Amino acid sequence: MRWIWIDKFVEFESGRRAVALKNVTLAEEHLHDHFPGFPVMPECLMIEAMAQTSGILVGEAKKFQEKVILAKVKKAVFFDYVKPGDTIKLDAKIDSIISEAASTSGKITCEDKLIAEIDLMFSHIDQNLAGKEFPQENFVFDTGTSVFESLLRDVLSAGAGAADSEQDR
Amino acid sequence: MAMSRDEIIQQVQEVLVDALGVDDDEVTAEATLMGDLGAESIDFLDIVFRLEKAFGIKIPREELFPAENLMTDSEFVHNGKLTERGLAELREKMPHTDITAFEGDPDLNKLADLFTVNAIVNYVEGKLEAA
Repeated sequence: MRWIWIDKFVEFESGRRAVALKNVTLAEEHLHDHFPGFPVMPECLMIEAMAQTSGILVGEAKKFQEKVILAKVKKAVFFDYVKPGDTIKLDAKIDSIISEAASTSGKITCEDKLIAEIDLMFSHIDQNLAGKEFPQENFVFDTGTSVFESLLRDVLSAGAGAADSEQDR
Repeated sequence: MAMSRDEIIQQVQEVLVDALGVDDDEVTAEATLMGDLGAESIDFLDIVFRLEKAFGIKIPREELFPAENLMTDSEFVHNGKLTERGLAELREKMPHTDITAFEGDPDLNKLADLFTVNAIVNYVEGKLEAA
């Protein structure tokens, strides 16, 4: 099982930009300890949510043929709290992508209020550390993993779906 | 309009401060990226991306930091030191860097010291002139 920390994509422009949503709920147990009586989403988990949004965007750009790992948190600045009941919007875009790596920038908002700015770097490790072996199970884009495909199905097939229904008529 | 060397230095300094999280005054001309400024391999790519944006240039990765290809080729490396051919290759690939001191003792471990702030400035200056 993969740990998925975003709920759905609402926009997806291959190789350019992706927008995902995450609903925050008091059913997440860590919120009871962070902090007792004042539950707020931990900032490290906002970075995780952005890493998943950006990482899937970067992976999809090469049709999931590369092993993509988070290599660097270039910037993570937080402006406000996220509380249970909030829906956060993760807006990620690819700034640069070459065969070895990609650089992304992202904003998290909640009802149009800026929550965080998170810029990341991802490495395509086969291009960077060729010859080293890594356990396959460490990677999320292997063929057995369809969970990302289901996350993406709606946004990626939206264009094709529109064309289909056009033909149906 | 052409940029002066001082403007290039200032811009490179900004890039390194942002990419490596160091202070302005640490980014001296002689500072080495790995030894003095603590850069790791992924930082080199980050720096390349940022330089491309800051100066509006295209930087093929092996052009600015070509050492990696050298280090894994047995023709260029023998017993942990660069061979004559390796040095010749390095001179050709890094015209923006002064390797005179390195030539005296071409120990691979010291190769990293060639990547200085000055080398980046020289490289960018050359790139901008050629453009």
